[in-house]
Amino acid sequence: MEWINVIVQGVLIGGLYALFAAGLSLIFGVMRLVNIAHGDFIVGAAYLAMVTITMTGLHPLLSLVIVVPLMAAIGYAIQLGLLNRVLGDDILPPLIVTFGLSIILQNVLLTTFSADSQKLNAGALEIGSIPVLPGVDIGYMPLLTFVAAVAIIAGLQFLFYRTSMGRAFRATSDDGEIAQIMGLDNRKVFAWAMALSMAVVAVAGVFLAIRANFDPFMGPSRLIFGFEAVIIGGLGNLWGTLIGGIILGVAQGIGAQIDPGWQLLAGHIAFLVILAVKPRGLFPRID
Amino acid sequence: MQHATITRSTQASRIAGILALCFLVYIGAAPWWAGSADLRLITEILFYLALASMWNLLAGYAGLISVGQHAYVGLGGYLMFSCVLFLGMNPLWSIPVAGVAGALISIPVAWLVFRLKGPYFAIGTWVVAEVFRLSAAQMSSVGGGSGLSIPVAVMRDLGRKPDREMLIYFTAFALCVGAILLVYFLLRSRVGLALTAIRDNEVASSSLGVKIGRIKLFVYVAAAAVTTMIGALIFVTKLRISPDAAFSVNDWTVFVIFIVVIGGIGTIEGPIIGTLLFFLLREFLADLGAIYLMILGAMAIGIMLAAPKGLWGLLVSRYDFSIFPVGYRVRR
Repeated sequence: MEWINVIVQGVLIGGLYALFAAGLSLIFGVMRLVNIAHGDFIVGAAYLAMVTITMTGLHPLLSLVIVVPLMAAIGYAIQLGLLNRVLGDDILPPLIVTFGLSIILQNVLLTTFSADSQKLNAGALEIGSIPVLPGVDIGYMPLLTFVAAVAIIAGLQFLFYRTSMGRAFRATSDDGEIAQIMGLDNRKVFAWAMALSMAVVAVAGVFLAIRANFDPFMGPSRLIFGFEAVIIGGLGNLWGTLIGGIILGVAQGIGAQIDPGWQLLAGHIAFLVILAVKPRGLFPRID
Repeated sequence: MQHATITRSTQASRIAGILALCFLVYIGAAPWWAGSADLRLITEILFYLALASMWNLLAGYAGLISVGQHAYVGLGGYLMFSCVLFLGMNPLWSIPVAGVAGALISIPVAWLVFRLKGPYFAIGTWVVAEVFRLSAAQMSSVGGGSGLSIPVAVMRDLGRKPDREMLIYFTAFALCVGAILLVYFLLRSRVGLALTAIRDNEVASSSLGVKIGRIKLFVYVAAAAVTTMIGALIFVTKLRISPDAAFSVNDWTVFVIFIVVIGGIGTIEGPIIGTLLFFLLREFLADLGAIYLMILGAMAIGIMLAAPKGLWGLLVSRYDFSIFPVGYRVRR
């Protein structure tokens, strides 16, 4: 029963990792950009939610109404004002720019909010749980996180394959120059993709902040979890990121069950093993 | 018909070369003119210059943008500690051993991370460094999460304090000059030609018979070996090691990347300029702590927007000048 519980909890936290991964996968799919500051933006969104809650007294989940559009706007502006200028054949400039953003953001958060760890309080939601089996309980928050992840991925999937914005994303991804000839403005398409990615980042940040303590320096490891979920699931496959997140979550759970010091290591090892046997991930869509 | 001569160097680069050589001798003689504190500072500068040169070789010439080179710095530190504590070796002799071990370990690592392309390769190398850090924290024989120190007796074997400092200084000097010369001669060799071809067009160079995978592997392993040796020596000077210090992404990767990018990536001179500027800024701004890091990040972004070839690139584009000529010039 103990092990069933480990796996169930691992699957649920996989939803959170899928949220980390979805935004990353999205912008890589559209513009081949890997945002090194992705994890720091997740933490930044958590702080933004904290400020919103202190100012308005909203429930953490309701703070999403403010945090999501705000983060999307920040993403849109950063893409138009900064990242579009360095995107090109050379992959170094965008990497360095997002790397620089990551360092700046970490230190801005440090000077503004100090190094103390914070947490968002979601009240009764955090305590309640549904007993499934004897010894296996599913907490409301982990369940809600997982459901949110599934809903967001389904929503992104719909947007990608059923809407005109999704068509623009796919066209730009396939061939940016031709898409431009057909009347798309790549810079705007990229900006919308980044806005969407940051909207997902906002959700991920709020759920992360309700689940656990956060501090200004935990961004890079969130980036790594998201990245691992993307690679395990297979590049360009949004549902794959959910599977990747679940595998990562379960591996970490099993590692922690054996020895608490092995939690993170077990997740990384699962990633490296899959990279060794299936270099393109489990369900690859694009090269 | 006009005759054309092909040379590598120009008058200016020869004069600059001689001046650089004089400066090198001056720096090499530092133990005789610098005080203890200055000597330590110069040693640190040499470490960063060597690390920056290796990262520049990887990212600037082989297109292997790694954000996980701190894996090898930390590995070097831990290998040195293991040689000293378990094999009873002299700390300085353990450096070449660490270099060989680092090269051997980097081969399976390369086999794994080379499966990831472009920007994902970067984060893959970071994962490897995390795995190294977490593994070190799990090994109780090297102190686990809290780390350990070099026994005083081991350091005493290296001689009295001034002798010891001089010995460590010369080792650092040799490693740094060696690292720069390695890049210089590598670029003037067939490997350099292949790297240039790959940079200009990967598909075309492959069809002309350039073994892309093998060349990149060679560069990756060479950089890993040298970085491991530098790491080993860094922790001889620090006397203490812990997983967080050994595998610090800020100290051994962030700073190094900013140094290379600000100085000028893809040039041998760039890391030198970058390192000098980095230490100059640190002398004035280090007290600011977090703000200092923000300034470095902003500078790196600014450079990428305004002058992607860095400060040295800016200078070269204006004056067409080089201290380490690796290309060819045609003169009529």
